[in-house]
Amino acid sequence: MTAAALVPLGLVAGCGEKPVTVYKAGKYQGKADSQPWDNERFKGDRNAWEKAIKDRSVAQNEYARVAHSK
Amino acid sequence: MARMKFISDAERCIECNGCVTACKNEHEIPWGVNRRRVVTIDDGIPGERSISVACMHCSDAPCIAVCPVDTIYKTTEGIVLHDKDLCIGCGYCFYACPFGAPQFPQDGAFGLRGKMDKCTFCAGGPEADGSEAEFKKYGRNRISEGKLPACAEMCSTKALLGGDGDVIADIYRNRVVFRGKGSEVWGWGTAYGKPEKQQPQQQPAAQGAKS
Repeated sequence: MTAAALVPLGLVAGCGEKPVTVYKAGKYQGKADSQPWDNERFKGDRNAWEKAIKDRSVAQNEYARVAHSK
Repeated sequence: MARMKFISDAERCIECNGCVTACKNEHEIPWGVNRRRVVTIDDGIPGERSISVACMHCSDAPCIAVCPVDTIYKTTEGIVLHDKDLCIGCGYCFYACPFGAPQFPQDGAFGLRGKMDKCTFCAGGPEADGSEAEFKKYGRNRISEGKLPACAEMCSTKALLGGDGDVIADIYRNRVVFRGKGSEVWGWGTAYGKPEKQQPQQQPAAQGAKS
């Protein structure tokens, strides 16, 4: 009699799980930063800044700067 | 603009620590703080490899996720920076970072930790570009001058590349294709050119019989 009453209780025992807390990333709380092209040198010209950076990036490739053969 | 990234080429790095010196000099980094360092595996054993490691400016940066005061942010160029005014020096970012990039100056007695300091990709921080306050807190802002990080530009063997991820990935890809792999990377022929592939030299016409 008692065992028969406990079986249904055991079956529903798994339904009592606590909700899982999902981590939510925070939002930046510090000071706002300016764009790297908003200054005296580039005067807000984003394209000029990107070109300057790209020229320097490409110049790191010595195969493009020095004639070579293989 | 895509993402700003570093690539360190283990086949080229000669462990000269020029990148470390360039970084310390450029930003006047205090003693005990190393924004960049050279890590060598199998040091002293033939076949050792070195790479230069600093903040890698992760696309999905774990330091941003764990910061309890939300002081770390990512710029539109993908550079991970932080506001030192908010930092409480808890060190969570250090534990989260897979590269050990965050550094903490020992500011006082009993191992007191100062505010976090790390590689800024030479992009300063959330202060006016090129200002005294920015230099004092974060170092020089070369990015706003249209320049790349000092470490990458100073690298003598160009083992360390910095810049737009797509551009430097192309440079590295072309380099690997050109130099080959394994033993092809090293040796006299690779350094000075392979004799069988050089252009035949034109011999001057004979000016009569030798005496």
